Amino acid sequence: MANEAERHLRERLSRLRSLPLLRGTRLSGELERLQRQLERIEAEPTDEEIWRSVELARHSQRPYTLDYVERLFEDFVELHGDRARAEDPALVTGLARFGGRTIAVIGQQKGRDINERTRRNFGMPHPEGYRKGMRMMEIAQRHGFPIVTFLDSPGAYPGVAAEQHGQGGAIARSQALLARLTVPIVACVIGEGNSGGAIAIGLVDRVLMQENAIYSVITPEGCAAILWRDAGEARKAASAFKPDAVHCLELGVIDEIVTEPQGGAHLNPDESARMLGAALGRNLDELVGIPGEELRAERRDRYRRLGIYTARAAEPALQPGS
Amino acid sequence: MAEPRIDVSIEHKNLPEQRQDGKAHPNTCPSCDSHYREDELEANLRVCPQCGYHFPVRARARIEQLVDEGVFEEEAAELRSEDPLGFFDLRPYTERLAEAEVSTGLGDAMLIGQAAIEEQACELAVMDFAFMGGSMGSVVGEKLSRACESAVERRVPLVTVTASGGARMQEGILSLMQLPKTVCSIEDLRDARCGFISVMTHPTTAGVLASFASLGDVMIAEPGALLAFTGPRVVQQTTREKLPDDFGLAEANLRFGHLDAIVPRTELRPYLGRVLRLFSNGE
Repeated sequence: MANEAERHLRERLSRLRSLPLLRGTRLSGELERLQRQLERIEAEPTDEEIWRSVELARHSQRPYTLDYVERLFEDFVELHGDRARAEDPALVTGLARFGGRTIAVIGQQKGRDINERTRRNFGMPHPEGYRKGMRMMEIAQRHGFPIVTFLDSPGAYPGVAAEQHGQGGAIARSQALLARLTVPIVACVIGEGNSGGAIAIGLVDRVLMQENAIYSVITPEGCAAILWRDAGEARKAASAFKPDAVHCLELGVIDEIVTEPQGGAHLNPDESARMLGAALGRNLDELVGIPGEELRAERRDRYRRLGIYTARAAEPALQPGS
Repeated sequence: MAEPRIDVSIEHKNLPEQRQDGKAHPNTCPSCDSHYREDELEANLRVCPQCGYHFPVRARARIEQLVDEGVFEEEAAELRSEDPLGFFDLRPYTERLAEAEVSTGLGDAMLIGQAAIEEQACELAVMDFAFMGGSMGSVVGEKLSRACESAVERRVPLVTVTASGGARMQEGILSLMQLPKTVCSIEDLRDARCGFISVMTHPTTAGVLASFASLGDVMIAEPGALLAFTGPRVVQQTTREKLPDDFGLAEANLRFGHLDAIVPRTELRPYLGRVLRLFSNGE
């Protein structure tokens, strides 16, 4: 990205941060609506910037979960297997030291070369991966370890065995378990946080998102294939559903945008890790002081508020269709 | 599959009209080709009397099939979707919403309300696939959450009847957020010790299967329903794997241990009554 464009983005971000944001509250009246419009005009990233984020988020040299684990944490011990069927390398779990405390780590992991990519299944977990993650959550709850998750997945794996082993149910139960925990949980969206594959480990107290990461309900290609009936229209789809960090912040879906080094995280992984680590440490420090029950109640409340809808006064009843 | 039925006389004028788009008439059984008058099909709960195929059921018709006569008090009927992203694919989202509302007579893809099934008080949430493929956006998520709260307040079990293609892409990331939102509400319901029976009908897929629908204390499905996180077409395209004939169907899900039972529609009401009585513990 040209330096000019980047400066532009940063300026807009800082301006956005200073604005009273609409944090996923329900729309109730013209005032809020206008305010949102106003913010929109001031903060709207262009279609080109959104697509740049899509490209950077999926850049082949972008730091992955283990790149951050290695740079941010000490004494990392990876734990393997779901204790039922298999070990899923597309999702890594383990224990580590961070900021003087033991934490549990759960993250999707992509591969760097073709062999590792295949072994990691391109970061697309099977149900066994989510069950391994749930094992980790239980350990964390038992010992009072805060949990840090890294979201970076094209989605949960769409395969026959994955379906037979209960992909949908595993994603649902992983979220349900996160909703029950009384330990602090922070998610970092570091690449592409797509669909159920990402949200399975994304029901948390705080969501940090790197400035060039994307977070969305489906891949741009998937959305284009369904709505435009042409996967080649991915660019248009991305412009339409806006998976970039600024829009996610505006909609109250994330809590903080984490700055990346000039030109993207892949150009300077060490600096990128330092920036992410600083935000992560600050948020964990804030959360560890909150009593567990309160933390859990606030976590559920956070999601309870997400959504934008309106209440329409009763109209002459439409006749229900047959 | 069963033969076309020959045991009823079909007068010429009752034969299905040839449709311009080449699709079969909605009252023609896709499984055995038998054709029914609307009242015949309705009287049999939209199950083919010849071969047992389950036709789709609209939300209001489903409620009528399940609840004791007149015992359904709708809640949150006034909620309508917004268009937070100004979403435009081949047509604007707002236009699709307006069209869906006119053609279905519904405010969104889910109806919720206080109900009684076989004299058992419960909260009922029913989805309608005809409203934008039963997709879950902010309104569906909010309604599910309110249904949980209503159940908790009255200390009654929740019954959901799902039919959905998944999250509503037109609401972008907010539609994905309805997964954790509904999951959190179900957890509140569990904490309050209210039972939850999830009835999955054709199709229950993607975001709905990966959230509240999979969290029932009791999970049942209608025969032949597709219950899959990813549908067969996408799995086939992505993996080039040969799919089993019953891929993702209720029958396969039962075999793999993801369901408690497959309950034919004609037995659904008494089944729910029995389970609800167990959860109310004789009260």
